[in-house]
Amino acid sequence: MPAGAPRVGVFLCKCGGNISDFVDLEAVKSAVEKLDGVVAVEVDEHWCSSPAGKRIREAIKEKNLNRVVIVACTLNMHQPHFMEVLQEAGLNPYLLERVNAREQCSWVHKDSPREATEKVIDLVRGGVARAKHLSELSPIVEKLNRNVVVVGGGVAGIIASLELAYGGHRVFLVEKSPTIGGRMAKFSKVFPSLDCASCILTPRMAEVESHKNITLLTYSEVQEVSGSAGNFRVKILRKPRYVDPALCTGCRDCTTVCPVKVPNEWNVGMDKRTAIYIPFPEAVPRVATVDEASCLYLKHSRPGKPVCGKCLEVCRAKAINFDMKPEVLEVEAGAILIAVGSEVFDARKVPQLGYGLYKNVITSMEFERMINSDGPTGGKVVNPATGETPKVVAFIQCVGSRDEKYNPYCCRIGCTASLKHASLLKEYVSKDIDVYICYNDMRTVGKGFEEFYRRVRDMGVKFIRGLPSEVKQKPDGSLTFNVFDTTTETLYEVNADLVVLAIGLVPSPDIEKVAKLLKLSRGHDGFLLEAHEKLRPVETLSDGIFVAGSCLGPMDIHDATSEAMGAASKVMGFLAAGEIVKEPIVAKVNEDLCSGCRVCVSVCPFDAIKMEDKGEGKFVAKVDEVLCKGCGLCAASCPTAAVTTQHFTDEQIRSQVRGILVGV
Amino acid sequence: MSEFQPKIVAFCCNWCSYAGADQAGLRRLQYPPTARIVRLMCSGRLDPVFVLEAFKHGADGVLVAGCHTPTDCHYTSGNFKAERRVLLLKKVLEQMGIEPERLRLEWISASEGEKFARVMEEMTQQLKQLGPSPLKRS
Ligand SMILES: Cc1cc2nc3c(=O)[nH]c(=O)nc-3n(C[C@H](O)[C@H](O)[C@H](O)COP(=O)(O)OP(=O)(O)OC[C@H]3O[C@@H](n4cnc5c(N)ncnc54)[C@H](O)[C@@H]3O)c2cc1C
Ligand code: SF4
Ligand code: SF4
Ligand code: FES
Repeated sequence: MPAGAPRVGVFLCKCGGNISDFVDLEAVKSAVEKLDGVVAVEVDEHWCSSPAGKRIREAIKEKNLNRVVIVACTLNMHQPHFMEVLQEAGLNPYLLERVNAREQCSWVHKDSPREATEKVIDLVRGGVARAKHLSELSPIVEKLNRNVVVVGGGVAGIIASLELAYGGHRVFLVEKSPTIGGRMAKFSKVFPSLDCASCILTPRMAEVESHKNITLLTYSEVQEVSGSAGNFRVKILRKPRYVDPALCTGCRDCTTVCPVKVPNEWNVGMDKRTAIYIPFPEAVPRVATVDEASCLYLKHSRPGKPVCGKCLEVCRAKAINFDMKPEVLEVEAGAILIAVGSEVFDARKVPQLGYGLYKNVITSMEFERMINSDGPTGGKVVNPATGETPKVVAFIQCVGSRDEKYNPYCCRIGCTASLKHASLLKEYVSKDIDVYICYNDMRTVGKGFEEFYRRVRDMGVKFIRGLPSEVKQKPDGSLTFNVFDTTTETLYEVNADLVVLAIGLVPSPDIEKVAKLLKLSRGHDGFLLEAHEKLRPVETLSDGIFVAGSCLGPMDIHDATSEAMGAASKVMGFLAAGEIVKEPIVAKVNEDLCSGCRVCVSVCPFDAIKMEDKGEGKFVAKVDEVLCKGCGLCAASCPTAAVTTQHFTDEQIRSQVRGILVGV
Repeated sequence: MSEFQPKIVAFCCNWCSYAGADQAGLRRLQYPPTARIVRLMCSGRLDPVFVLEAFKHGADGVLVAGCHTPTDCHYTSGNFKAERRVLLLKKVLEQMGIEPERLRLEWISASEGEKFARVMEEMTQQLKQLGPSPLKRS
C-alpha cells in the first residue's frame, strides 16, 4: 500500500451523453465529494480521450492523489489505457478502480434516471471503499520456454513442425500412430491439380525425421499437461513398439514370417496385415511396430514358455525386444499446437445406401486406397464382389453431410474428392467406364476447383442433380437405384457395378480427448473452437495453445497447410517476446496465520499450492505464482483466512460491499 | 409512500456473469435498477462472509452468478464450490431468520445478457413480495 492516508480522485465520465443523458452526474458529484478520503471529483465528456488522460495525470500531481476511481464504461474496455495513465503519472497501475456506470446503469435503466443515479452513487461508494484498500502490485514476469509441442502428425502437424523448426524452435512432434502422414499419406493424387500426393508429402515427412530441431515421437500420446502459457510441462506416453527404432533397418523380413493376419487399418480394412508391421513403404519412421493386441508372443507367452517368436528368429538386426515397457517422457514447452485432424463419417450409419451390406458399395476412402498403387489391389479399381474392373461406377455425394439426421454441415471435400475419383477412373482406368456423380449441389469454391469441375464434365462424366434414397442389389449382384434429377426433372434408374459413397470429415474421439485434457472448447459440431472464427482462426481461448487443420472443421489440404503455417507463425510471435507478463492477481499466504491444514492444497484446481516444511513439525502453504491463476478458491476455503488473492483481498471485497450498502 | 425497492448485492464472476451484465447493457435490455455488482474473478472466490456481510449491512437479497456447470468455469471447478457454499449459506441464513430465497445462485454466460436481465427482473419481483430484509426490520 502506498504511504500515507488514501487520497482518492474520482473521475466521472459523461461518455458523450451515453451516461449523462440518464444519470445525473452533478448529483453523483456532490454525493461523492462528501465521502471520506475523496479529495477530487471531476467530470469530463470522455475520460478515455488523450487530453482527458493528460488531465488525470495533472490531477494526480496537483492533488497528490494515491488512488484513482474512474466511473465510466465496463472495465473490459480501456483498462490497459487507464492503467498506463496512472503509470505515466508515477502511480502504481493497480491503484486504479473502475465503476461501470454505462453497461450496468445508464444503458439498462433508461426509464428510471433517479434510481439509476442512486445506483451509480452506491457503486461509486463501493468503488471508493475498495480503492482505499488497494495495494501496489507489480506484474509477474516469467521467462518463456521456446520449445513447442505439436500434437498430431498429419499434413497440418508436419507443416507446422517444419515451419517452427526452421524458425529455430525445438519441436516435439507427438503422433499417436506408428507413422506420421495422416490421411494425406493414403492418397494417390490430390485435387484440384491431381499431383501425386506422396511426391509432395514424402519429402516433407523425411525432412521432419532428419531435422535437428525436431524430436519425432511416434506411437505416443500426450497424457498430461500442467503449468501455463509460456511454461507448460507436458507428459508424453510412449507406447512400447517392441522394436528398437535405432536398430530396425525397415527390411520387413519379420512381416514375411509373422503368422497373424488382422484387418489392415492403413488400407481401411480392405486387406490384412501381420502383427508386426510397417504401415506403408514410405512410413516415417520406417521401423516395425508390434501390435500388442494381436501378437501371439505378447498375448500367450508364459514365463519360460515363449509362444511364436518367429520374427525374433529372422530379425538380423536383433531389433525386436518384447520386454519393452511404456515410458513417460516429460518435456517443457512454451506453446502447444494442436493438429489432431479428423476422421471420416461411418457410412454404416446410413444402411439404406447398402454399405456393409453389399460388397460393391464402398466409401470414397476405400476408393482412395484402391486407386493407390501401394494399396490393397496394387492400384487396380475392381468390384470387390467379383474382382473385375467395373463398367459402371456411381458416386453418391453428401453421405452423412448436410443432413440434420447426421451432420448438418457441408464436408467441403466430398464434391472435389469425387471429381478427382471420376477423373482418375476416366484417365487411368478406362475412358469407357460409365461414371455417374449424384449430387446435391456441386461445391467447387477453391482456387482452380471450378476449372477442374469443367474438365471433369468434358471427360464425359454424367452429373445427376439429386440423391438416391436407397441402393438395392439385383440378383446378378449389380446395384441399382432410382434418382430424380432436379435439373431435367427426370427420374433415372442407374445400374452400376460399383457404388462409391462420398463420406465427409467428422470430429474424431481424439478431439474430445484433447479438448478435455487441455480444457479447450468445442463447437456444436464437435470440432475444436477457434478463439475467433474470422480474426483469430488458429488460436484457442487458452493462452499458449494454438490449433490448425481439420480438427477445427472439415477442410482440404490447402486450408490445413495455410492454417498450419498461420499457427506456426502465431506461435513464433508469441514466443518471440521471450517473456510472459502475468497479472499479479495470485494467491498470497500469511505464514503467521497458516495452521498447515492443507485445505487450500486440496481445493486448488491447478496444483499451485505446496506445503513448505518450516522445521519443528510446522508446515505452511506456499503458492507457486507461475502456476496460480488467481481464482481464489483457496482464499474462500481457508479456515484461518491465511490465504487471500492479491487485488481481491477479503478486506477489499468486504469494504466494497459495505461501501455499496452504507446508508441504506 | 413510494413502492419498496429492494437492494441486491450481485457477486459476479469476471469471465461469464460480469460479461453477461455487459452484454445486457450492449443490447440495451431494460431491467430494474436494484442490483449492485461486485466483481470476483470466480464465483468460487465467494467467501460465505461476503454474503453475511451484505445481509448485515442491509442487503435485501444477494445474487451469486458464475459460469455454467459443469464445464464453463474459467478455473474448471470454482462454480461447483460456489454451488456448495450457497447451499450451506441458505441453511445458515434460515437459522438467522433470513428467508433462504433471498440468496440466489445463477449460471449466466458471457453471451446471456437476456438471462441476466431476466434474473434481475425475477429476483426483484420475488424480493418485493418478501419485503425488506428481516435484519433491517428488527
Ligand atoms: C476421401 C477423401 C479424399 C480427399 N482428397 C483430398 C484431396 O485430393 N485434396 C485435398 O486437398 N484434400 C483431400 N481430402 C482432405 C484431407 O484428407 C484433409 O484435408 C487432410 O487430411 C487434413 O489434414 P490434418 O493434418 O488436419 O488431419 P489428418 O490427416 O486427420 O491427420 C491427423 C493426425 O493426427 C494424429 N492424431 C490424432 N489424434 C491424435 C492424438 N490424440 N495424439 C497424437 N496424434 C494424434 C493422427 O494419427 C493423424 O496422423 C480428402 C479427404 C477424404 C476423406
Ligand atoms: S524389426 Fe527387424 S526384421 Fe522387422 S523390420 Fe525391423 S529390422 Fe527388419
Ligand atoms: S488462487 Fe488459490 S486455488 Fe486458485 S490457482 Fe491460485 S493457489 Fe490455486
Ligand atoms: S470463472 Fe466464472 S464461475 Fe469460475
